[in-house]
Amino acid sequence: MPGLEDLYREIILDHYRSPRNRGDLPVPPATKAEGFNPLCGDEVVLYLDIDPDTETVRDVKIDGQGCSISQASTSMMSAAVKGKPVDEARKLIRAFKALMSIHESKLEGESDGSDLTAELEGVRLGDLEALQGVVKFPVRIKCATLAWNTLQQGLDERESVDA
Amino acid sequence: MTEVLDVSRVKADFPIFERKVNGKPLVYLDSASSSQKPRSVLDAMEHHHRHHYANVHRGIYTIAEESTAAYEGARAKVAKLLNARATSEIVFTKNITEAMNLVAYSWARKNLGPGDAVVITEMEHHANVVPWHILVEERGVELRWIPITDDFQLDLTDLDRLLDGAKLLSVTAMSNVLGTLNDIRLLSDAAHAAGALVNVDAAQAVPHLPVDVQAWDADFVGFTGHKMLGPTGLGGLWARAELLDAMPPFLGGGEMITDVRFDGFEPNEVPWKFEAGTMPFVEASGLAAAIDYLSALGMDAVRAHEKQLTEYTLRALEERFENRLHVHGPRDVDQRGGAISFLFDRIHAHDVAQVLDEDGVCVRASHHCAKPLMRVLGVPATTRASLYVYNDESDADALVESLAKAEKFFAI
Repeated sequence: MPGLEDLYREIILDHYRSPRNRGDLPVPPATKAEGFNPLCGDEVVLYLDIDPDTETVRDVKIDGQGCSISQASTSMMSAAVKGKPVDEARKLIRAFKALMSIHESKLEGESDGSDLTAELEGVRLGDLEALQGVVKFPVRIKCATLAWNTLQQGLDERESVDA
Repeated sequence: MTEVLDVSRVKADFPIFERKVNGKPLVYLDSASSSQKPRSVLDAMEHHHRHHYANVHRGIYTIAEESTAAYEGARAKVAKLLNARATSEIVFTKNITEAMNLVAYSWARKNLGPGDAVVITEMEHHANVVPWHILVEERGVELRWIPITDDFQLDLTDLDRLLDGAKLLSVTAMSNVLGTLNDIRLLSDAAHAAGALVNVDAAQAVPHLPVDVQAWDADFVGFTGHKMLGPTGLGGLWARAELLDAMPPFLGGGEMITDVRFDGFEPNEVPWKFEAGTMPFVEASGLAAAIDYLSALGMDAVRAHEKQLTEYTLRALEERFENRLHVHGPRDVDQRGGAISFLFDRIHAHDVAQVLDEDGVCVRASHHCAKPLMRVLGVPATTRASLYVYNDESDADALVESLAKAEKFFAI
């Protein structure tokens, strides 16, 4: 039986108590994305300032409310993608979902996930790995992934506007 | 305090309390969501399966007749429990959600049109909200809301205006979130004076207090079996006989007809007119046993026990957490039942429930299918502990201890 310490690792509680990158950015030029988990009322608001010349996440700010897992995950995500190229941020999204045992390529029935493993080789999750314990608490996985789905949504929206 | 129920004996009747969760005794405080089952209910269903399992109202053979007698016997027990005028006033449904939809799809579709108003309240469960939203979209019915006060009661200041020209008042007898008990007789009198009928969501009332549909002077009352020690899959609607007679069928199929031709059908008599297809008759035997169990305890004693225990729990929460924990519901136990919703200032409802689970304490953390109410309260979710016949002070103590642990764990 997994215990509380598996779920609420110290680094998670630290991000929950002292969230990084809290605030907002002027839109535009920043992109704003909102994620909502209607079942528990978790809410993530994300502001992304992406440098169009270098395709790099120049700045990121977060807002919202919710449980410790959703808010800590949002804070950790913001710290992980700030300063990173957009490509790398997208890789992190896939790597994080894989950490949460969400293998989207498998769902399409075309891959056993080995392509993903190859693609994600070298992607370093760092502190984010502390969230792996969430997998043992299936109802909380959606709390942990909300920030990452919101990031994906923000990046997709920006690209569709640019296109 | 003097015990109105011998809870240790009651608890011994529920096999699930023999198990442990995370090595600790099961502290079940989620009965407002669904209750546990006594051995007699489990035995009644097994007996039905083993001894006279056959479809009801179908076979001309001994066990089919026994099965039918058990099913109709369960209906009679429900009728007696609710003080219906006749057994035929009880329609079995899948649950109370289906009962509310039966009122909406059968009675309201026949009787309501554009501009006709349905009055509900801000403390309703989605089962008594969404069917009316559907009618608003489908036929332009107007939906009006009775607001709630700062002390979690219905705000009846504008009741006459809200009821003016309304065709139906649909209201909960007890809020599944706040625990608030509404004065159904007062509301019925006001609605009837305005020419409206009254539909009561009694999902939280029937399991916990004496309910008398005639004393309420209601027109429709819905209930569900699984919250009152019975099995899942079976609830029902009580309605005045003349209303049921005039209502068109809801679901079409077997049993609900007297004749089917190439060019149409004749519906069956009530209540079978509304019971299409094979009904959960084994579960009806379970529900009958549940009613026997509750009746043996006495609904007055059930209510008195929960009132005492609610007072004990509220006081324990206040003494331990003072103003750091907020109970969303009336403080006076005369005005409320044993569904206790609360929030710490800065700890999310889900985090609290997660810590409690480690101690075997089962509570609900969610919007409780009452999102309009959550919007009024200005919170995304609450944690709810709800009490029943098998809970005692040790459960309340375990809740408080585990909450203290959660508060310490998430201290900011």
